[in-house]
Amino acid sequence: MSDTGSSEGTARLVVGPFNRVEGDLEVRLELAQGRVAAAFVSSPLFRGFERILEGRDPRDALVIAPRICGICSVSQSHAAALALAGVQGLVPTDNGRVATNLIVATENVADHLTHFHVFFMPDFARAFYAERPWFPRVEARFKAAQGSAVRKALETRTTLLHVLGLLAGRWPHTLAIQPGGVTRGADARDKVRLAATLGAVRRALEEGLFGAKLERVAELSAREELDRWRAAGPEGDFRLFLDIAADLDLGRLGRAYDRYLSYGAYPGAEMPLYARGIFTPDGAGAVDLSAIAEDHTHARMEHRTHPHHPFDGSTLPDVEDETGYSWCKAPRLHGLPFETGAVARQMVDGQPLIRDIVQSEGGSVLARVVARLVETARTLIAMERWVHELTPGAPWCAQGTLPSHGRAAGLTEAARGALGHWLRVENGRIAGYQIIAPTTWNFSPRDAAGMPGPLEAALVGAPVRQGETTPVAVQHIVRSFDPCMVCTVH
Amino acid sequence: MLAPPEPAPFNVLWIQSGGCGGCTMSMLCAEAPDLATTLESANIRFLWHPTLSEETGAEAVALFEQVLDGTLRLDALCVEGAMLRGPKDTGRFHILAGTGVPTIEWVRRLAAVAETVVAVGTCAAYGGVTAAGANPTDACGLQYDGRREGGALGAAFRSRSGLPVINVAGCPTHPNWVTETLMLLAAGLLGADDLDVYRRPRFYADHLVHHGCPRNEYYEYKASAEKMSDLGCMMEHLGCLGTQAHADCNTRLWNGEGSCTRGGYACINCTAPEFEEPGHAFVETPKIAGFPVGLPTDMPKAWFVALSSLAKAATPERLRLNATSDHVVRPPAVRDIKRR
Repeated sequence: MSDTGSSEGTARLVVGPFNRVEGDLEVRLELAQGRVAAAFVSSPLFRGFERILEGRDPRDALVIAPRICGICSVSQSHAAALALAGVQGLVPTDNGRVATNLIVATENVADHLTHFHVFFMPDFARAFYAERPWFPRVEARFKAAQGSAVRKALETRTTLLHVLGLLAGRWPHTLAIQPGGVTRGADARDKVRLAATLGAVRRALEEGLFGAKLERVAELSAREELDRWRAAGPEGDFRLFLDIAADLDLGRLGRAYDRYLSYGAYPGAEMPLYARGIFTPDGAGAVDLSAIAEDHTHARMEHRTHPHHPFDGSTLPDVEDETGYSWCKAPRLHGLPFETGAVARQMVDGQPLIRDIVQSEGGSVLARVVARLVETARTLIAMERWVHELTPGAPWCAQGTLPSHGRAAGLTEAARGALGHWLRVENGRIAGYQIIAPTTWNFSPRDAAGMPGPLEAALVGAPVRQGETTPVAVQHIVRSFDPCMVCTVH
Repeated sequence: MLAPPEPAPFNVLWIQSGGCGGCTMSMLCAEAPDLATTLESANIRFLWHPTLSEETGAEAVALFEQVLDGTLRLDALCVEGAMLRGPKDTGRFHILAGTGVPTIEWVRRLAAVAETVVAVGTCAAYGGVTAAGANPTDACGLQYDGRREGGALGAAFRSRSGLPVINVAGCPTHPNWVTETLMLLAAGLLGADDLDVYRRPRFYADHLVHHGCPRNEYYEYKASAEKMSDLGCMMEHLGCLGTQAHADCNTRLWNGEGSCTRGGYACINCTAPEFEEPGHAFVETPKIAGFPVGLPTDMPKAWFVALSSLAKAATPERLRLNATSDHVVRPPAVRDIKRR
C-alpha cells in the first residue's frame, strides 16, 4: 500500500494484498475529488499452466487443469473434459451428462455460498460502518471468520460438498468428470443419500439466508418486489443485505459496461438450464466464438502486435515489459470487454428480476449479488431434479479414442462466469492449450485502444473517504465480481 | 479468587503463493467439528489468513510487520503454494500485492521468526504441479526441489523450534491432515521422529491409499478395470498408484464418504514429490512384459509376478464380470452358514 499526493489535488493509492478473493490481487487507483478517477487492476501471480500443459498426453489435462484453481477446480475439469470430448467427437451418456451437471452445480452453489458469507458480507461488519443502523445485526452475523452466519454457511457448504464425496470421490481436484461422462455410477441408495444432502442444504438456506422457500426467490421478477421484500419480507440475511444495499445505494455502485457473456450452463437433453449468449444494451444475441481474441498490450506478455484468437494464442511472459501492468491478458469479444458471472448468466437467460434491475439502473454491486442469490435458488431446485433423473443400470461413461491431430474448445460456466479451454492436439500431444477464465474477462487490463477492463470501468467514480488506505467502496465493487485470481492468469 | 490466566494462543500466519488455494478450500470442509470449532478447541488462532481474515491491504501488511519485529509471536507459518524463484532468481513471478516485495522473500523473512514452518500441500512442500513440465516459473518447495532437499529455504534451514519444514503434502490436503498437524504442534506432540523420509507427518503418511480401498478384492484376484467407470482394480491398466501412495485416504475418507478410488479413478500419488511427472499418462499404467512397472510397496518383483499369475488363474467369475462393468452385475453368493 502506498499513498502519494500530487500537485493537482489528485492522489494515487495502491491497494493490496486484497484478501477474501481467491488468490492475490493489486489495484492501483488514481483519485480526484474524493472519488476514483482511474483504476488499474493487476494480477501479481504468474504460474504458466498453459505452458505446463504443452507437450503432454492430452488426457493429462484432466489432472493438470483442475489444479489451476482450488475453488473452480471442477469447472476447470469440465472445460478440459469438453475440449477432449470435442477432439474425439464424443458425446457423454445421459447419466454422465446429468451427473456432471450435479458435480459442476455443487461446486458453483458452494462457491456462491462461500462468496456471500465468507468473502463479501464481512466488509459490512467492519468498524467503519459502526454508526449504521444495521451494524449490530451484520456484525453478529458476518464478522469475518466469526459471525454466526459465516460459521453456519461453512457448515452448509461442507454438507453440500458431500455430493462430491459421493459422486466425484472428493473436492477439489477430482478426475470423475471424463469426456464421455463420469467415472462413478450411482444406485438407488446413492440417489436417496444425495436427496437427503440437498434437502439439508435447502433447509439451511430457507431458514437462514432467505427465510422463504427457494421457489419464491427463484421466481422474483421485478425490482419493486425487492423493495417490498426489504420493507416487509421474511427475516433472513437476504433481507439484511437488501437493507444495507438500500442504505449504501449499492444499486448505483460499481457499474461496468452492462455487456454480458455466458457460454450457457448445465446441458440438458435438448437445451441447457441457463442459455448461451450475450446481452448488451442493444439486447440479446449469440456468442460468435470466432470473434474472441486476447490482447497483450498491457499484459506482461510477448506477441503484443495484434490480438490473438485462443487457437492461435501464446503465453510467453516478458518481465521487462514496462507498459504491461498485469500478468492477465485482455480478452475481448468483437473487440469489446464483456462481463461474466451469475449476473451475465441470468441476464442472458432472461431471469426477469435481474433483467429489470440491470435495465432500470444498470449493472451494479446489488445486481451481481442478487443474481448470485437468485441463481443459487434456481440451481439448487434443478439439482434436486437431476438427482431424480439419474438412472441406475444405464451407462455412465462413453468411451472414445483420441485422434493424433485435432482441435476443440471446451466451454462451460464456473461460478464466476464463462470459462473456455482451447485445445490443439498434434502428433498425439498437446500442441497448444489456451485458457480464458471468468476473471480474465472481468479483471482484464486495458487493451490496445486503452479500453479498461470491466472492473477497471466499474471502479471509476467509487467514493474514497479522506484517509482511507483500503477504501471500502472499492472492496465492495471488487468483491462483487467474486474474483478468482488464480484462474485469471493460470 | 482469580481464574488461572488464559494460555497464550497458538498463532498461525498463512501465506499463499504459487498454488491454487485448493488446500484452503479443502480445509474449510473440516467437519465434526467444523474448522472454527476445531481450531478454537485447540486454542489455535489465525493471525491472518487470506481467505478468512477481515484485514486487507495496508492492515494486513502492518500485521506482517508486527510479526517480523516480534510484537506478535508466530507459532506456525503456514505456506500454501509453490515458491516461485523466477524469472532469473528475482521472484518477480509473484510480487505480494501492495508490497513490491516478492512473496518468496516475505516467506524467507517470516520463516526466520517462526517457531515452526508448515508447508501446506505438495506445491509448498516440493513444488508440485506448479513445477511441472517446463516449470516456467522455476517453482520449488519450501525445503525441497522435487525429491531433492534445498528449495526456497535451503537444506540447512531449521525453524526456531529446531524442526525442519513440516510437509503436509497432498494435492489437495485433507482438511484434517492440516488441522491435526496444527493441533499436534500446538500440543507439543509433533517432533522430528514423527515425520517420514520426505518429512510428511507419519500419522497419515505411514498408511497407504491401498489400505481400505473397496477394490481390494479385485486387486487380490487381479480382476482389473479396463476403462473409465469400470469397477475393477485400477492398478493394472488405469494408472492407480494406491499400493505405493503414502496417505490414509481410504480409511479417513473425504467429503463424507469419498476417496479417489471410491470415486472411480486412479490414485495419482499426490502426496509424493514429483508426482506431477510420472513419465507417462496419469491414467495409463506403464508395463514391461505385461506387468506394471511400479510394484506394490515392499513387494519383491518375483513374488508379485508369481502371485498375480496365480491370482488371475483363480479369479472368481463374479469378479471377472463385475471388474469391467460400471455396476455390480453379479453379487456375491449368499451361503447357508449352517451348511458345511
